[in-house]
Amino acid sequence: MKYPYFPGCTLYTKAKKLDDAGRECSRRLGFELDELPDWTCCGATFPLVNDYHIAMSGPTRILADTKDQGGNKLVTLCSVCFNVLKRTNHVMRTDEERRAKITDFIERDYHGETEVMHYLQVLRDDIGFDQLKEKVVKPLEGLKVACYYGCLLLRPVKEIGLDVMENPTIFEDFVRALGAEPVEFPFKIECCGAFQTVHSMEVATRCSRDILNSAKNNGADVVITTCPLCQFNLDDRQPEIQKSDANFTTIPVVYFTQLLALALGISPADLGFERNLVDPLPVLQAKGAISD
Amino acid sequence: MGDVVELKTDETADVPVAEEAGEPVAAACSFGDFEDFESVPVDRRVMVIGGGICGITAAIDLGNAGYQVVLVERLPSIGGRMLQLSETFPTLDCAQCTLTPRTVETGQHPNVTLKTCCEIEKLGGEPGDFKVLVRQKVTYVDWNKCTGCGTCVQKCPTKSVAMFERDAGLMPAIYTLSPQAVPNKPVIDADRCRYLTKGKCGVCAKVCPVGAIDYEQKESFFEVNVGAIIVATGFDVYDWKTKMPELGGGNIPDVIDGLTFERYLSASGPTAGAMVRRSDGTEPKEIVFIQCVGSRNPELHKSYCSRVCCMYTAKHARLYKHKVHDGQVYIFYIDIRSTGKGYEQFIQQSVSEEGMIYVRGRVAKLYEENNKVIVKGADTLTGRQIEIAADLVVVAAALVPNEGARELAEKLGLTCNKDGFFVEEDYKISPVDTGQRGIYIAGCCQGIKDIADTAAQGSAAASKVQVFLSAIRRQKQDAV
Repeated sequence: MKYPYFPGCTLYTKAKKLDDAGRECSRRLGFELDELPDWTCCGATFPLVNDYHIAMSGPTRILADTKDQGGNKLVTLCSVCFNVLKRTNHVMRTDEERRAKITDFIERDYHGETEVMHYLQVLRDDIGFDQLKEKVVKPLEGLKVACYYGCLLLRPVKEIGLDVMENPTIFEDFVRALGAEPVEFPFKIECCGAFQTVHSMEVATRCSRDILNSAKNNGADVVITTCPLCQFNLDDRQPEIQKSDANFTTIPVVYFTQLLALALGISPADLGFERNLVDPLPVLQAKGAISD
Repeated sequence: MGDVVELKTDETADVPVAEEAGEPVAAACSFGDFEDFESVPVDRRVMVIGGGICGITAAIDLGNAGYQVVLVERLPSIGGRMLQLSETFPTLDCAQCTLTPRTVETGQHPNVTLKTCCEIEKLGGEPGDFKVLVRQKVTYVDWNKCTGCGTCVQKCPTKSVAMFERDAGLMPAIYTLSPQAVPNKPVIDADRCRYLTKGKCGVCAKVCPVGAIDYEQKESFFEVNVGAIIVATGFDVYDWKTKMPELGGGNIPDVIDGLTFERYLSASGPTAGAMVRRSDGTEPKEIVFIQCVGSRNPELHKSYCSRVCCMYTAKHARLYKHKVHDGQVYIFYIDIRSTGKGYEQFIQQSVSEEGMIYVRGRVAKLYEENNKVIVKGADTLTGRQIEIAADLVVVAAALVPNEGARELAEKLGLTCNKDGFFVEEDYKISPVDTGQRGIYIAGCCQGIKDIADTAAQGSAAASKVQVFLSAIRRQKQDAV
C-alpha cells in the first residue's frame, strides 16, 4: 500500500529521527510513504490566526497536490502538520465560501477530497494494532511508557476526530501492541507550553516539569510523543527544570516511531538516540528494550 | 372539544394486546385494588404516571376532588427523587419529613390505587376513555402474602452497590427503598440476588414467616381504563462519569455527584448522615463543589441550565459546614441563579455567615495525587489559574429526563425536545397541556425545576384534568 506522505519542515531538521524511524517502520509493516514532490511548509500555526485565508492557501495547495497525485490519504507524522492540514481540510469540506475564496486564489480545484491521516491512525485503522502486534519481533516487555498526546493531535475534537478528547487511548493501544506497558498519568493531554518556550521559557519549563513529574510519579521509564515541539519542550527543557529544582530526575522523551522501530527489530544505532538530550539508551538497556 | 383524536397504537408491537391480557389480574404487587376504581364512570378515573412528589401531589389533589386515581410507579415504592434527598432549600427542612406524610397519605387514600413496579406498555382508546396496558414487573415477592416485617432485608447476605444509594453505600439484594417505604414491601434485585444469579442462597425464602418469596414469579399485564393521564416521570443525573473523562471518569472515588452527596448527608442514608470519604472513610476537611457540570455547555454537553444546582450546592455547602465545623468549602460557579422566594437570601447568608468561598470560574481537570483530588481551575475574576488539593469534590451534574422518557413519549403520542423533555402545548400559558388531549405533563419531565415548582405543576395538572373531564361529561350530557 502506498500513501502520499507529507513530512513537514521539522522532520527534515530537528525531528529527523521521527521521520527516519517512521519511514523505515512503514517498509517493515508493508506500506510505503510516498513523499509529495515539491511540498511546502504547512503554515504551522498560521491558519489558527484570525485572518487565515491567505495562511490556508499553503495547506490547501498541499491537499490539492495529494489529490492530483491520485492518492486520497495524506499521511503525516508531526502533530502540528496533522492539525493544520486536517483543520484546513475541514474548512474545505464544510465552509463553501472560504473554500471558494482560497481555491480561487491558488487557482486549484479542490473540495476536501483528501483524507488527512496521522501515522498512528494508519497503524490503528489500516494496518490494525493486532496485525502490528504480530509484526513485532522484539516485544518491549517490562518497559513502562507514558503516552503523552499534547494538544494538537486531539483538539479541536470535532475537526480532528482522532480519538476521545479528554481520555484518548490510541497511544496506549499502540504501546500495548509493542508489548510495552502504558502508564496512566493525569497530564497526558496537558499542554507542554508550546511556543511559549520562545518568549517566556519559564512557562514552558513549568508545564514540562509538571508533565514529566506526573509521568515519573506514575512509574514511567520513558515518555513518548508524536510532536517535535512537545519533544523539544519535554526533552530539551530538562536542564532548565533542574536549575530550579535540584531534586528533579531526568526521564528520556522519545518519538513513538523510535519505540516502534525498536520493537520491529531495527538497530538502535540507526534511530538517532544520540540526538536526544536525555539519553534514552541506559533505561532502554536496563529494561531490555535494547540488547547490549 | 369537538373532534375526537384517534390515538395511534402500534398493532405490530410484540406485546400482548389488551384483550389477551384479559381481566385486570390480581397482580402480585398491587397495593389497594380496583374495586373502588371501577365503581365510578371512566370520566372520573385518572392515571398518574410517576410517583415522585409531582405525581403524588396530583394524585392526592384528584383523590380529594373525588376522582379515582391509579398511580403507576416503576420503582418498588413512591416518593421519587425527593426520597433520596437529605434536606431541602431554602428552609433546610428534612425531605423525608415533608415527603413521608404525603407518601403515607397517598398510600392510604381511599381514592388512590398504587401500582408500583409497573410500567406503561401501550396506550389505546381515546381522550376521555383511554385504555392503558400496564406491565407489572417481577418483584419475586408475593405482596399479598408479605406483611412487610423486614426480616428478609435484614438477613440478606448480599450487600452491593445499588442505584438508589448511588455511590454512597451498599444495599441488600432484597430491599425497600426506605424505612418508611410506601408500600412497605420488599423486592428482589435479580441482577444482584445470589439465588437468581447463581442458584445458591435462598436465605430470604427460608426466613420469610409467611412464605411470600417467589423466585418463579413471572411478569404480568393488566389494562386500566381511564379518562385522562398525567405524566410525571421526573429526572435523572447526566452520565458525567462516561461523558466527562476530565473529571476522572468515575474512577476517582472522592469525586461524587450532588445526588450521591445527598445520600451521605441524609440521616437515613447509608452512613446515617456521617460525612465521610468513599475512599478511606475519613472526614473531608477541604471540599470543592463544581457547578454547571455538563449544563450550559452547548458545545459538548447540555446547553440548558439545570436550574436547581446553584441552590442545592449552596445547601450542600451549608449542610457540610453544619457537620464539619472546621471544614473549608470552595464553590466554582459561572454565575449564581437564585430566583425563587427566599433563595437569594439563602445564598447571601451562605457567603457572609457560613464562610463559603465562591470562585467564579470553571474546572478543567480533576486527578488524584497523594490521597487528594487535585482540582485545576480558573478564577476568572482575578484571571488566575487555581489549584486546590481537595479531600472531596462534589459535581453538580446536569439533570436530564428520566430513562425511557422518549419511549414513553412514543407510546403516549407525546413529543420530546432535543434534550428529551416532553413538549408542552405552550410554555407560558399552558405548560402542563400537551399535543394529546387528555394527557398532561408535570414536573421535571417537562423541564428541570425545583420541588416548589414541581408540586405546583402537579396541582396544575390535576386541575387541568378536572377541567378536561368535566368538559367530557358535559359533552356526554349534551349528546343525551
